[in-house]
Amino acid sequence: MAADVLSPVFAAMADPIRRDIVARLTVSDATLTALADRYDVSVQAVAKHLKVLEVAGVVSRRQEGRERPAHLEAEVFDLMTVWIERYRRQAEARYRRLDEVLASLPDDPDPGTPPPGAAP
Amino acid sequence: MTSVTHHETEIALEPDVPAVRITREFDAPPEQVFRAHVEPDLVARWLGPRGLEMTIHHHDCRTGGSYRYTHADADGEYHFYGSFHEVRPSERIVQTFTYEGFPDGVSLDTLTLEDLGDGRTRLVGISLFYSFEGRDAMVASGMEVGIREGYERLDELLAD
Repeated sequence: MAADVLSPVFAAMADPIRRDIVARLTVSDATLTALADRYDVSVQAVAKHLKVLEVAGVVSRRQEGRERPAHLEAEVFDLMTVWIERYRRQAEARYRRLDEVLASLPDDPDPGTPPPGAAP
Repeated sequence: MTSVTHHETEIALEPDVPAVRITREFDAPPEQVFRAHVEPDLVARWLGPRGLEMTIHHHDCRTGGSYRYTHADADGEYHFYGSFHEVRPSERIVQTFTYEGFPDGVSLDTLTLEDLGDGRTRLVGISLFYSFEGRDAMVASGMEVGIREGYERLDELLAD
């Protein structure tokens, strides 16, 4: 179910290089060589990161001539965006209720402290 | 004043640490926003999601205090608890947070209230998790409600 589909996505995104690869791929597809140039790790290490993203369904790779450029599966990312937006809306709903509570409180925030110059 | 101004809630997932940051402004001074976090009868009016009945078992919002509450709907009960690590009046509340459905999961939540003047306050809440998976799973689950809705959305996406 949902957890089975999403867990690999979350695991894939737990690594900073993989998050950076995904950020890069939101701009355009990229080859392994082009991606590897960005990091201080071996091409093999970047290939491994790509493999994790591929297995998680976050990226796909299709043969184009001699290369297999990595392509971001936007749909999976839309799902993450959906989760974050839903979480934000829940927080927003909660804080709108807090707005109402605050509006119902008396204006004087602290009746124990008289305003400056108030009569004793 | 009868109308209430709403400010949009901002959510940021930190890239380098497994944290979620929530930012929201309120048309009320920090003292009042703080009070609404401390007094149980006020907390009960806003913390629980609509459609779920919220029961606060205890809410002792002071340094060294603790809290426990339950959300209930037709499907069951969801229990939450934690400790208040530091409570600094009108400025800062640091607490732990655990959903009993994931007893191994605990986040450290730091709430700060910034006085913007003119009776306004900026609230910044940072929840720090043990792992990125834990944080993302919490965001994905919505933590409290709407899991079914999420499944439906997922089903739609997968059906395409």
